[in-house]
Amino acid sequence: MADRVTPAPPATRASRTTRAPRRLGAGRQARRVRLWTSALIVGAVVLTVLLVPPLVQLDEQAVDLSRKLLPPSWDHPFGTDDVGRDLLFRCVYGLRVSLLVGLVAALVATLIGTAVGAAAASLGGWTDRVVMRIVDAFASVPHLLLGIFIVAMFRPGVWPVIVSVALTHWLSTARIVRSEVLSLRSRPYIDAAVSGGASRWRVTVRHLLPAVLPQAGLAAVLMVPHAMWHESALSFLGLGLPSHQASLGNLVQSARSSLLAGDWWPTLFPGLLLIVPTLALAGLAGVWRDRLNPRRRSELML
Amino acid sequence: MSRRLPWGAMARMTGRRALAAVPVLLAVTFAVFAVAAASPFDPVKAYAGTAGLTASQENLDQLRANLGVDRPLVARWWEWLTAALHGDLGDSSVMRRPVADVITERIGWSALLAGTAFLVAILLGTALGVLAGRRRGGLLDRTVSSVAYTLEAAPAFWLGLLAIWFFALKLGALPAGGLTDTASDTVTFDQVAAHLVLPALVLGVSQLPWFFLYVRQGVGDALDEDSVRGARARGLRERTVLLGHALRSGMLPMLTLVGSRVPELITGALLVETVFSWPGIAAATVQAATSVDFPLLAALTVLATAAVLLGNLLSDLLYGLADPRVGFDG
Repeated sequence: MADRVTPAPPATRASRTTRAPRRLGAGRQARRVRLWTSALIVGAVVLTVLLVPPLVQLDEQAVDLSRKLLPPSWDHPFGTDDVGRDLLFRCVYGLRVSLLVGLVAALVATLIGTAVGAAAASLGGWTDRVVMRIVDAFASVPHLLLGIFIVAMFRPGVWPVIVSVALTHWLSTARIVRSEVLSLRSRPYIDAAVSGGASRWRVTVRHLLPAVLPQAGLAAVLMVPHAMWHESALSFLGLGLPSHQASLGNLVQSARSSLLAGDWWPTLFPGLLLIVPTLALAGLAGVWRDRLNPRRRSELML
Repeated sequence: MSRRLPWGAMARMTGRRALAAVPVLLAVTFAVFAVAAASPFDPVKAYAGTAGLTASQENLDQLRANLGVDRPLVARWWEWLTAALHGDLGDSSVMRRPVADVITERIGWSALLAGTAFLVAILLGTALGVLAGRRRGGLLDRTVSSVAYTLEAAPAFWLGLLAIWFFALKLGALPAGGLTDTASDTVTFDQVAAHLVLPALVLGVSQLPWFFLYVRQGVGDALDEDSVRGARARGLRERTVLLGHALRSGMLPMLTLVGSRVPELITGALLVETVFSWPGIAAATVQAATSVDFPLLAALTVLATAAVLLGNLLSDLLYGLADPRVGFDG
């Protein structure tokens, strides 16, 4: 969106003035629509995931072989799976598991990343160099492969998955936090704190960290869908959660046999439930990012 | 390109990167061994299998000594490293063959799949990006962008399964997986080509959004630049302006993407090869992981790391070539 930063040269001003106000207004309106749809979807997903399991007294594991593989209908909006379980329920439970794993993993990754990034930047010198080389080395192993390796070495389960996702995702946060801290370090208020006799620890914790928290928070929000995606990929490969804690990835994996028989719904809906919250979260994060640095607006999300 | 290529600078950069890659690869191999040492995984039990349940402690200890796992971590790592430099990567327990053989046999198929997919992503992404960037906010732009964001969020394995359902089961047009038909045991060009279409398309489409979005942004921004305005003022054809001026400067950010997408390409290949039972190294990695085949998994992890480093080098070389202001100092 270079046209909003650089003023339009006179040659094209005629064409621009007729177009620009409408485009600007339309853009703002579109952003507002995007914000509200995203917020609505995220809210709906969170509420569903939190409220449906305790409120609805139905067993998602209840097997009913007489109603197996029913296509979507009013009774079963998502259809039923190969042992007659209602897919809508299974998906809600799966989303609950995926979201929980994603949230915890993103939180752990953000904590590690912020701590490492802030430490590297505020200590500086060779500590900084060594830490950033370690980050680079970590970053040169593909994330999913590293995750697969960790989960394979420790038995598949909830915690290995969370650990492997967290261990592969803190790098970006560490880089963001480090560069933010480095740019903040030269600000006058930091100089003031240092000349006022504040220790390095106090400067970092009281002055630098609070200032980078919005950026770290943004990275954390964007990391939740990544972590969910990661978890479902691991689960799909059979290296994720155990099947009694079925996540969306497990649902897709267990639907493979019925897919080969031509029944598409057990595969389609878990995937859709992964995409929709991801897009909604990305939309929210995009609005947040526009707030944080309105000048560096880019349409590249995720 | 009429300009002579700066071979010297490129070679120096390659050399520097090769030197910098050595400590990274050493660190990664050591980390792989350290994780294995810290994990509850026991290579002796894995080796002995069900026989290990009834074997005496003596036999198990003997086995432990034979496998060399009673020695400290650093010694084992060093031994593996020196053997690996001589081409001996150990034996894979799941494939029942030397790891080096498994890799040489499968890497070609993986390269074929990944190369085709990358080509699909780059060509299709650039074409759609130019069309969308030409009229930003138009119908085509909005449609393709929404699809791209959706694809960005969609897991590759899910896309692959849906593609199998639609193209192989509903239409019956393309085979659902494997390298050849199950009946035949010779690999012919026709068969491989037919079996390549679906996995390559799915892998390519899953990589497409990034290329599309970068080109779209680049072309859209470049259309507002003075050079394009100058070209328009000189009365050049719209096609020349779009492809010769806007695309050329808008492609710059995408070029770095070519190399730096390698990790995601590997991630995608892990999923797509598994879905389509493609006999490549990514599918072997997943098999090695599910049956805890440490020698194979370690070798493939290191291989993937080397591929990523190579990709980074490639993207920096391309960017330096395309934009002389950047140079080869990295």
